[in-house]
Formats: sequence, C-alpha cells, structure tokens
Amino acid sequence: MSADGTKSMSIIVTKGTLDWAYPPFILSTTAAALGLNVTMFFTFYGLPLLLKKLDLQMSPLGNPAMKMPMAGMHMGMPNIMSMIPFVDAGATAMMQNMMKKKGVASIEELRSLAVESDIRMIACQMTMDLFEYSLDDMIGGIELGGAATYIEVATQSDINLFI
Amino acid sequence: MADQVLDAKGLNCPLPILRAKKALAGMAAGQTLEILATDPGSIKDFEAFCRTTGHSLVEQQNDGKIFRFVIRKAG
Repeated sequence: MSADGTKSMSIIVTKGTLDWAYPPFILSTTAAALGLNVTMFFTFYGLPLLLKKLDLQMSPLGNPAMKMPMAGMHMGMPNIMSMIPFVDAGATAMMQNMMKKKGVASIEELRSLAVESDIRMIACQMTMDLFEYSLDDMIGGIELGGAATYIEVATQSDINLFI
Repeated sequence: MADQVLDAKGLNCPLPILRAKKALAGMAAGQTLEILATDPGSIKDFEAFCRTTGHSLVEQQNDGKIFRFVIRKAG
C-alpha cells in the first residue's frame, strides 16, 4: 500500500496466445478501475503483447480442456488434428468469432483501456534482446526494465500475480 | 432520474465495470449514474466495485434479463 492508502497490484505476463492474453488485461484494467495502481511486467512470450500490431493466435494442441461449444455439445480436438494446416488458424478464428458474439472485448480494446488507465507497463529488456525487438516495434508509453525493477515493484504491491 | 445513463447491455466482463468507471470519472461527486447491463456477473461485480471504490450502490433491480444499477459518485 502506498502512503496515501492506495492499493496496488503487479502482474508478470508470460504468455502471448489469444486465450492467455485475456487474464492479465482483464485483471489489470479492472484493478485500475477499482482505483489500484497497476504494473504489468511483460516477459518471454508475453512480450509480443506490447507489439504495435497484434497478431494473436491460439492452438488446441496439448490443451484437452479447450472444448468449444458446437451443435449443442462441447467438443475437444485430438492433438493429431493440430498437425493439419490451418487447424490452428481455424480455431483462432472460431474463438474470435465467439468472443465477438458474446460481447467479450478484444485484446486490442483492453490494451488501449490499460494504456488510458495509466497502467505502468514494463517490457523485459532481456527478452527484447533475446527475440530481437526494439522499442520502435512496441506501443508508446512503455518502459524497459529487468528482474530487479520488477522485484522492487513487487515489494511495494499488495497483490502480485504471475500469469 | 439519474444524472447520466450508461447502456452496457450485451457487454461482457469486465467492460460494464470499465465503462462505468470511465463515466463516473467525468461526473461530479454526489451525481448518480444509471447502468443497464445483461451480464449476470455484473451483479456481484458492481457490488464489489462500489465496496472497493467507495461509491454507493443506491439502487439495484433485476427483471431476469436486464440488470439495472444506480451508483452515486463518492465525494
């Protein structure tokens, strides 16, 4: 808690698929709406969520819990199906379509709400170097930092999440 | 009559809360915001939103399809 009593939350964002991009952006924007100071630290596969142009994909591969509503039932997809070209693209399109129909915000929308809400976004410098990204590739208003930067934030936060 | 009305029908979590927060930010303390939503999760969420932010939930109605909330902005 800060000196004026404002609560705070930090999230380490490590996953960048369409489905896993949701929890960190939903929680961070909601926490900001509830008056918390929020910091997001983007590392490894979470880092591309800061790219100017998002191209989020998802795969049913290795995810037996992913059962899509289909013809009144819920259907999973055998792993072998993911080897067929365009199956992942099909699953991604299906998910996006379903989300639109159900009034779920897009990641682009949630991310701009996060920026508007003054959420502090830190891109992991090491991951930037590793995957050869530069600040020019990323949206504005973010900062670079490392593990120590995050730990300092975490010691001052009421809630620390790893997603 | 509320001072402002927010139509959040058809929007899913967390959009009704985010839109409400945005609307309240542009209002004066003591003014009221009426929110219409269809997300059943919004009932518990608006209660939690008000407890956490200090705004008061002065009215709450549910006709089974549309959920109506009136929030008075904290001063």
